[in-house]
Amino acid sequence: MMGTPQSGATVRPRKIRWLFSTDHHVIGLQYLALACVAVTVGVGLSLFMRLHLIAPDFVVPGHGPILPEDYLALVTLHGTLMLFFVLTTAPQSGFGNLILPAQIGSRRMAFPGLNAAGFWTTALALVVLLGSTFVQGGAAISGWTAYPPLSAIAAAGPGQGLGMDLWLGSIALFAVGTGIASVNTLTTVIRFRCEGMTWERLPLTVWAWFTAALLSLIAFSVLLAALVLLFLDRHAATGFFVPQGDVLSSVVRAAAVHGNGSPLLWLHLFWFFGHPEVYIAILPGMGLTSMLLANFSRRRVYAYQMMIATTLLIGGLGILVWGHHMFVAGLNPFVGTAFSISTMAIALPSAAKVLSWLATTWRSRPHFATPMLFSLGFVSFFVVGGLSGPILAQPILDQYLHNTFFVVAHFHLIMAMAGVFGLFAGVYYYFPLIAGRYLSEGLGRVHFWGTLGGAYATFLPMHMTGLAGEPRHYAQLTGIPNAAARLLAQTLPLQRHISYAAFFLAASQLPFVWNVIRSARWGDLAQPNPWNATTLEWHPALAPFAEEGSSSDEQIVAYCSPCAYDPGAGWAGFTPQWQEIPASNVKRE
Amino acid sequence: MPAIFTPTDTDRKRPHADDGDHGSGRRPPYDDGLKRTGGGGDNDNDNWNDRPAGRRGPREKLERYRLGLFFALAGDLMFFVAIISTFFVTKSSGHFDAYDRYINEWLPTAIPRILWLNTAVLFLSSVTVEMARRRMFHQFDVMEEWFGLGKPTAKRAMPWVIATIVLGIAFLLGQTVAWRQLAQEHVFLKSNPSSHFFYLITYTHAIHLLVGIAGLAMALVGLFASKQIENRQILVDCAAWYWHSMGFLWLFLFVLLAYFQ
Ligand code: HEM
Ligand SMILES: [Cu+2]
Repeated sequence: MMGTPQSGATVRPRKIRWLFSTDHHVIGLQYLALACVAVTVGVGLSLFMRLHLIAPDFVVPGHGPILPEDYLALVTLHGTLMLFFVLTTAPQSGFGNLILPAQIGSRRMAFPGLNAAGFWTTALALVVLLGSTFVQGGAAISGWTAYPPLSAIAAAGPGQGLGMDLWLGSIALFAVGTGIASVNTLTTVIRFRCEGMTWERLPLTVWAWFTAALLSLIAFSVLLAALVLLFLDRHAATGFFVPQGDVLSSVVRAAAVHGNGSPLLWLHLFWFFGHPEVYIAILPGMGLTSMLLANFSRRRVYAYQMMIATTLLIGGLGILVWGHHMFVAGLNPFVGTAFSISTMAIALPSAAKVLSWLATTWRSRPHFATPMLFSLGFVSFFVVGGLSGPILAQPILDQYLHNTFFVVAHFHLIMAMAGVFGLFAGVYYYFPLIAGRYLSEGLGRVHFWGTLGGAYATFLPMHMTGLAGEPRHYAQLTGIPNAAARLLAQTLPLQRHISYAAFFLAASQLPFVWNVIRSARWGDLAQPNPWNATTLEWHPALAPFAEEGSSSDEQIVAYCSPCAYDPGAGWAGFTPQWQEIPASNVKRE
Repeated sequence: MPAIFTPTDTDRKRPHADDGDHGSGRRPPYDDGLKRTGGGGDNDNDNWNDRPAGRRGPREKLERYRLGLFFALAGDLMFFVAIISTFFVTKSSGHFDAYDRYINEWLPTAIPRILWLNTAVLFLSSVTVEMARRRMFHQFDVMEEWFGLGKPTAKRAMPWVIATIVLGIAFLLGQTVAWRQLAQEHVFLKSNPSSHFFYLITYTHAIHLLVGIAGLAMALVGLFASKQIENRQILVDCAAWYWHSMGFLWLFLFVLLAYFQ
């Protein structure tokens, strides 16, 4: 167990063995630790951005004033860290490694060595990304989408030289690492299910991880190809993405250098990856939410098989809708209509999921433990953030809203906040399993309400500033003497509110940090199955960090589908998947 | 049970392991997809799928590695799908010049003749690698090994693996000849949109073949170094499937370069 004392002599080798372990539990924790580093840096950067927006003259100690290119670098690094290194790694690879094998009744993953290799590739990617801040010219400034032609020409500005190259290298490494992890996940789910674990009995979390792994495999390969092409444009004088007669700093780039390319091509390739990517980030949270709502409401998941279908449908449609990110980029209007329709089609399975969550909890007597609170928070963010999706899916409305803070509000609510709430729910829920101790409920509540309030206070007003025309990626909103600036100046009070709320939101995480540190050492010792859960990761023989020798090689069998609760019997009424069903029950009816 | 014991509502809803399963799970797959153990035992135990992972039959590990390889190859396929889509998009796009004339700069790259020869060599190497793969599963040889009579499978597969490596290297050398011929005609990677793709496609494919050769070399070493026949089978089998995929991919890419420019 994590908190148990060890004799001094064995500590050292054991730690090193931990570091290079091929045990999927350890790798899962390593991924979570990596995400912790990324999220800490990422949050810090976002606070600097908010600070700059309300106090443009503020001088950062040790750095000086935040210049426009610094601001763009902040945006880029923040987006890249959060999207790739937090929301992709933690739910999919972190919890996937920690929980997935046990949930299908297996003690290991299909390719442990490969799994470790995947983690170390990802870790290297993070190091390269963070290292890009320190090179000459600074970190890349093209945003997490790295749109050319800026990103394709090293002379385009600060950060577009070595910084951009390192960014490309980092993301390429990340793509490889994620591909490796996906192969491992897919093979594990297909081959390592225990006896009786049919596809229909797989917990929805496993379905979510499975679908997300399929999406990763498809999407990240395409991203890798796009990165290769962009790299060639930068260094081999090819012209995939650079248009003829491209004007840069009022100099026309000669055709001899760069050919007949099109930035739109990059947009296609990038968003073919980018849109599935947002579902890779959110699907595990969806699966976890379904399971937790059922657990704490003591109800079956409403329409279980439909939930499996919607997971797959969201994944499938998610690959088809990338063009809605390009409505304003010069897409053919007919194509725009097609993408508009297919995008709105995704609202159907998404709404079906919401309905199932509501139906599961509706008129039950939920047990409001912290994981349940965070799951409900997930649902609320998914609904509120999701509602602006169909609005953005209309090319006409998108024409105005694109590149404003309206879009920022949309994706922060639905992806950033819902995704993070899924993560928190997972941490609170699985902490007893991993550490053998409970997190404090009191601190958990403080954390939950602070984060919920802080998140809404930060991101809801962004819809308003977006409608007022506040552009994305702008370092400074005042100081330009024209009508637009006067309009924007009116949003300044709201800007101030958003920034203070953002600081509050960040501060709300301190109780959580303290809670984890405190509880890992001194928390109350946990019961073997504290939430009376039905899924196999709570099987006594599968306890993740059991003392050596104490885990038996008892054969794991799944006798029924998960979420078999007995609402009449209250908290105690449930049939775990590993419980053999008495013969008398089987023969009834 | 006497009939008066009507089951309660909750009982009826509780999922059972049999047909009357009202939960979302159906029965475990006893009949459909049945993989017999060959033990001829009673029906309940006559299915590898019911065994715990790690004990699902002699080819379990092999099938796992194969599956992993196929997923990896599926991802790789998407890499090439992306590049080929870009190929078609770039080919059909142009720009307007100062006089408002539409210009399409695509100048098809005439592929060097030697590519035909290379393609034949690669096709041949697919045949040899398949021979190697089949040798690893030759029943009598496998039996002999199990009885402890040496490594007949390894001996029989080895020449074919070596032949494949040689043919693979020959193919790569042939490709370098093609690149050199193009360079002599002053067609380089950066020359024009079409040549971008010619080099991009052939280079990336060549890198994939280098990986394949490394895999074959590993298999070759494994044939001698590895003690378990299962591991040797996996090495050769996976290297061979990878090689086949790259050969098949090349056929496709070659047709693309030869006829669709
Ligand atoms: C799983 C849930 C979702 C996530 C994680 C998500 C995430 C995102 C992100 C990150 C962006 C902005 C990308 C950028 O420009 O940097 C975005 C934009 C967009 N989203 Fe979503 N989204 C989700 C659901 C939806 C739904 C359900 C719809 C429509 C029914 C939708 C429609 C759109 C549209 C049309 C845009 C493009 C807006 C623009 O860039 O102008 N999204 N989404
Ligand atoms: Cu999208």
